[in-house]
Amino acid sequence: MDLITPDFGLFFWQTIVFLVLIFVMAKFAWKPILGGINNREKSINDALASAEEARKEMQNLKADNEELLKEARAEKDAILKDARELKEKIIADAGEEAQAKADKIVKQANESIEREKKAAMAELKNQVATLSIEIAEKVVRKELSEEKKQHQLIDKMLDDVTLN
Amino acid sequence: MQPNLEPIILSRTGTMIAHKSFKIIVTLTLAFVLLPFFAFASANKVAEESEEKEFNPTDMIMHHIGDSHGWHFFGSGDNSVTLPLPVILWTDNGLVSFMSSEFHHDTEGHHIVEKDGQRFVNYHEDIYQLEEGVEAVEFDEEHHPLNASKPLDLSVTKNVAAMFLTVILMIWFFFGLASFHKKKAHAPKGFNNALEALVLFVRDEIARPQIGEKKYMKFMPFLLTVFFFIWITNLMGLLPGAANVTGNIAVTVSLGLFTLVLILVNGSKDYWKHTFWMPGIPTWVKPILAIVEGAGIFIKPIALMIRLFANITAGHIIILSLIGLIFILESHGVAGISVPFALFITILELLVAFLQAFIFTILSALFIGMAVEEHEHH
Amino acid sequence: MELLHVGLAALGAGLAVLGAGVGVGKIGGSAMDAIARQPEASGKIQTAMIIAAALVEGVALFGVVAALLGVLTT
Repeated sequence: MDLITPDFGLFFWQTIVFLVLIFVMAKFAWKPILGGINNREKSINDALASAEEARKEMQNLKADNEELLKEARAEKDAILKDARELKEKIIADAGEEAQAKADKIVKQANESIEREKKAAMAELKNQVATLSIEIAEKVVRKELSEEKKQHQLIDKMLDDVTLN
Repeated sequence: MQPNLEPIILSRTGTMIAHKSFKIIVTLTLAFVLLPFFAFASANKVAEESEEKEFNPTDMIMHHIGDSHGWHFFGSGDNSVTLPLPVILWTDNGLVSFMSSEFHHDTEGHHIVEKDGQRFVNYHEDIYQLEEGVEAVEFDEEHHPLNASKPLDLSVTKNVAAMFLTVILMIWFFFGLASFHKKKAHAPKGFNNALEALVLFVRDEIARPQIGEKKYMKFMPFLLTVFFFIWITNLMGLLPGAANVTGNIAVTVSLGLFTLVLILVNGSKDYWKHTFWMPGIPTWVKPILAIVEGAGIFIKPIALMIRLFANITAGHIIILSLIGLIFILESHGVAGISVPFALFITILELLVAFLQAFIFTILSALFIGMAVEEHEHH
Repeated sequence: MELLHVGLAALGAGLAVLGAGVGVGKIGGSAMDAIARQPEASGKIQTAMIIAAALVEGVALFGVVAALLGVLTT
């Protein structure tokens, strides 16, 4: 019967001891322990959050860098393209100018050649005319030395004229 | 039965288990199991020699799971080694106290202790105050004393002493952990870390899910204290010669009452409404349900206290019975079977010690959680 | 007559334990099924299992204690 009838003395002690134990432990053990655990968890969470933030910031920075790099690259490309265009233009301009100059020179040369040619031709004509007159003089002198021959010539010339 | 069966089994168990630390644990557990066996052996021998008293397993078991006024370690009669504990009695003439050693190990009511003109005897661990001129207690058929009265016994008994030991251990362990937390912010190492893991276990596995995020902090001191108190006491109870504190109904009644008081004090308006006037059911069912639910308030802590008491006591009885078989059958060979069985049960009891602490705490948390819960659907 | 009392009490305790055994067994079996189906929820299932088993066991212990009361009061 002892087994299942609570003994008052033991009940009394258990209640008192347990009540005191709860209060003592709550004040001197559980409060600092739970507080310490809480603080640690909070600081770990904070650390994790700040690490996450730093990571994000890092990512942002990286993205910024990339953007900057991209811009720089684009600028470089643009500059290079401009330069290339300029070069091509310069080359093209220079070519054109040279061509024009060359054309001009050629033209001038041609003109002078033409002129020379004309002068030469004129000279030649003069020479030929002089020569022809001289030859004609000589021939006429010879022909006209004889009377018969003079008549013959006049006739022939008249024939020619009438034929025309 | 071969008398030398036991060493063979033991050596075989030894070679089978290669792991060193496990081996140590097994050896220690065996030692713990065997120690009471030797104690009983000598007790039995002395008893046989002096009085030729027959071995009574019920008396032996009841003696071991029951409370006593001195902390008996081994030996019997005048040869026994016992830690004397204070006997404190509230008599008609006020408080009387003396050490239990003054009874000289007598529990049969023969040795009379005189104090302040009052005379006391210890009869089967109950203290009786004898009337004038009486030399021995006499009982009627209903076991009421005829010529003596029973004063209010507030003695520091074996169980109370064991309880103090648990309290000292808890204070030692957790004040250490608390002082660490006061000094440093990082996680503790070694034993303190294990303690902290257990504290976190109570918080995250028991209090938070059962009571809820908002209110669990209020009940943490009770839950932590009750968990560690029960667990440490359970484990200490498994030591040979230790007291059976949590297997004593008075202790569990007290623990159950704490839960009951917490439920009654912290019950929310919703809880009482749902208990005594459940909304959403026909009116004629409401009174019936109110009776059932009202009884339930008290049955819950009663179930808690019976569960803890019965589990721990049953474990002790099984171990003691297995050991007692050796003496009932009066053969050393039985030890070859009953000792390994007792060892197995003891290891199982290590698990039960934790499980019962866990169940008591989680059910307390569950009941408290039900009481403080605020229903949002209205 | 006293032997009959004790015997009946023991029988009662045995019956109570039998019922609890079946109950706890079913709880354990169902919990195993549930864990096999949803291993990630094993923690929650275990807690619920232990609570349910403890409640069933409590009823059985009521029976055992009642039986014990029967034995000890005869």
